[in-house]
Amino acid sequence: MTPAAMILSSAIWIALVVLGLAFLLTVRRVVIGPTLPDRVVALDMLVGIVIGFIALIAIRTGFTLYIDIAISLGLVGFLATVAFARFILARGGRAPAPPQPADFVPAGLVPTAQSPKPSGKRKAEPPAPPRRKKSR
Amino acid sequence: MIELVLAILIATLILVGAAFALVAAIGLNRLPDVYTRMHAASKAGTVGSGLMLIAVGLHAGDVATLARALAGFFFFVLTAPISAHLLAMAALKMGYPLASHTVRDEMQNHREAI
Repeated sequence: MTPAAMILSSAIWIALVVLGLAFLLTVRRVVIGPTLPDRVVALDMLVGIVIGFIALIAIRTGFTLYIDIAISLGLVGFLATVAFARFILARGGRAPAPPQPADFVPAGLVPTAQSPKPSGKRKAEPPAPPRRKKSR
Repeated sequence: MIELVLAILIATLILVGAAFALVAAIGLNRLPDVYTRMHAASKAGTVGSGLMLIAVGLHAGDVATLARALAGFFFFVLTAPISAHLLAMAALKMGYPLASHTVRDEMQNHREAI
């Protein structure tokens, strides 16, 4: 095995593992996503990750025809996302009443990087959330 | 020698693309509301898959394949903002809320106009 082939092979293996991790994280968002647009965004992202998988398999096997498969998969993903956006619009209303962000944000986000930022700005614009609710 | 340089270039493209996909997936899980998640997924995810397609085109080593890979990359870069914008518009129109610690909502006076 030449050094070039070894570099390529190990890079492909590392990338396969990383992509698998990204795939699982995105599937988690599809499953728990609290609202329908969350799930649609995650499905769009899944298409992108699968295109990455197809590209890696194309390099491993040497079949360049996989590029055409990747392009057509991207086209299908784009059309699916557009159709989902139209569906979100056409469904009207918010029948299942997606939970307010206050319900699920503290579990993951509050104790980390976000906490210093609001403390500086809080005095400037406290009434932002109430005004937003009224206009809706 | 040139083979080794090409292999290192392709490996770098593959690893950077996978890292972009991982960053997009982490952002999808960490960010608080639909709009910020869309920001992570549609930018970083597109760049991730596009870099890998370019790596395939470089690895094949002929112009036709490289042209197809570049066309695919161009296609993804062209369509990702359109689909993300359509989704964001649909979500905003249907009144899906922003995160509770949003500090500025520039659309708050234009909800009726969209």
